[in-house]
Amino acid sequence: MTTTIERSVPSARPARRLPLAWLGLIPFFLFAILFIGLPVTYLVVGSFQNNQGATTLQNYQDLLGQNTLRSFTLSIEISLVTALVGGIFGFLLAYAVILGGLPRFLRGALMTFSGVASNFAGVPLALAFIFTLGQLGIVTLFLKGVGIDPYAEGFTIYSKIGLELVYLYFQFPLMVLIIAPAIDGLRPEWREAAENMGASSFEYWRRVALPILFPTILGSMILLFGNAFGAQATAYQLTSGTLPIVPVIIGAQISGDVLHNPGLGYAMAMGMVIIMGISIGIYTLLQRRAERWRR
Amino acid sequence: MRRRRRSSIAWWLVFLVAFLYFFVPLYATLDFSLKAKPAFAAYTHTFADAKFVGSLLYSLVVGLLTIVASLGLVVPTAYWVQLRVPRARSIVEFVTLLPFVIPPVVLVFGLIRVYSRPPVPFTHTDLGSTALLVFGYVVLSLPYMYRSVDAGLRAIDIRSLTEAAQSMGASWPLILWRIILPNIRVALISGAFLTLAIVLGEFTIASFLARPAFGPYLNLLSNQKAYEPAAASIISFALTWLAMIVIALVGRGSRTRVQVGGAH
Repeated sequence: MTTTIERSVPSARPARRLPLAWLGLIPFFLFAILFIGLPVTYLVVGSFQNNQGATTLQNYQDLLGQNTLRSFTLSIEISLVTALVGGIFGFLLAYAVILGGLPRFLRGALMTFSGVASNFAGVPLALAFIFTLGQLGIVTLFLKGVGIDPYAEGFTIYSKIGLELVYLYFQFPLMVLIIAPAIDGLRPEWREAAENMGASSFEYWRRVALPILFPTILGSMILLFGNAFGAQATAYQLTSGTLPIVPVIIGAQISGDVLHNPGLGYAMAMGMVIIMGISIGIYTLLQRRAERWRR
Repeated sequence: MRRRRRSSIAWWLVFLVAFLYFFVPLYATLDFSLKAKPAFAAYTHTFADAKFVGSLLYSLVVGLLTIVASLGLVVPTAYWVQLRVPRARSIVEFVTLLPFVIPPVVLVFGLIRVYSRPPVPFTHTDLGSTALLVFGYVVLSLPYMYRSVDAGLRAIDIRSLTEAAQSMGASWPLILWRIILPNIRVALISGAFLTLAIVLGEFTIASFLARPAFGPYLNLLSNQKAYEPAAASIISFALTWLAMIVIALVGRGSRTRVQVGGAH
């Protein structure tokens, strides 16, 4: 029994009751084991078995096969691009409404809208972009009207770049939501102090604001990466599965054994969990670092 | 001053780009949905479609069940962790973050493999599949619900409230129901409506469990009809918008920060 724990427990409570208190958490952990633990364990175990049920590492070797490797690089590329672009633009937008001198009411409107847009995905989102940038979409027709035909230039909304454009619709609102508190935390005193010492705006950003914000910005982008990496519905609806990103392949694997090897399907799922785990892990670390500047 | 004005123009430009990017797709969808003849036919057809009403109701009921189950799981746990087992905080928080690590497509993959065979053949009956869907959604809601409730509990003095209630002889269920819940209602409502927004738009889990939910219905509709999917998308967007406005309204003036981030 260490003193740090005793501090938050009423001293009147005898220490022997402490282990009993854990019993109150049984329902939560039972639920977590049944509906998170067991399913994941099943996939983990399955990923180490071949079709005959013998233990093997073959499935993970097969992950490096041409098709699966291509899926992973495609997924990672799309997630990276949308995290980077969405992150930078989301940051600029949040900064614009918080410190950029725009009217105050825009801030509340943007925050509510970001809540909506970051939850807007799947079928409605894919459809909205087909009506906008599909072959007969209003923006496509408008561009044709001014003499640019995107489809003649090789663009299509059903491609990688098309999917990236669609993902940005929920990526940068999410960035706005995560980064806003950090921008709020930039104190005017810091800028005044920097200016009093003769710093230019550029110097203030390079030496004060960015170093403070950097862990949060990077962490948020990593969260965006995971957000895009795990998304399945939007891509499935938009490309009908023709763009073989990892979640779409796993989805096809659930419906029928498209990989002709259940074990490889499990290994792909594990590959996804590992990549997500790494990104969330880094995010948590960076978040902890960033909290030093908040009170 | 001049420099400041110019930078303000740049920020307006950023805002304008975002505004267009936000609203042009919505406008395009609305525009397309209104092209059906006669006027508003896409909407009248959609509302007259029994499957539309049925799937929306189904998703609403599943959403409500998810909210009740999630709150029933999260509130006592978060309360108990803060009050009695602060040592468990990091592990409980870790578990609630797991759904961020396990994408829905992987979660449903595992759920189907475990619960589609004896001894627990959930997916063999409609009721079982719906139960499994609700449990899957509770998992999805955990990160948002837990953080929301935890922040709400931190903002009030649960220790004093609990001791006061105990000294007057209140039982644990009574304390939770009459003392703790009313004091964290902002957190509860925002967590609940965020969950509802997620459930209404969810496609992946519902589709692989073959449930007649709103997301799979929209997908089916988009393969069959021209204008109606646009109308249904606008309706779905309006519902999400409604949920977020409720969150913004109840969150106003509250000290608890309200979370609205999305899940995909």
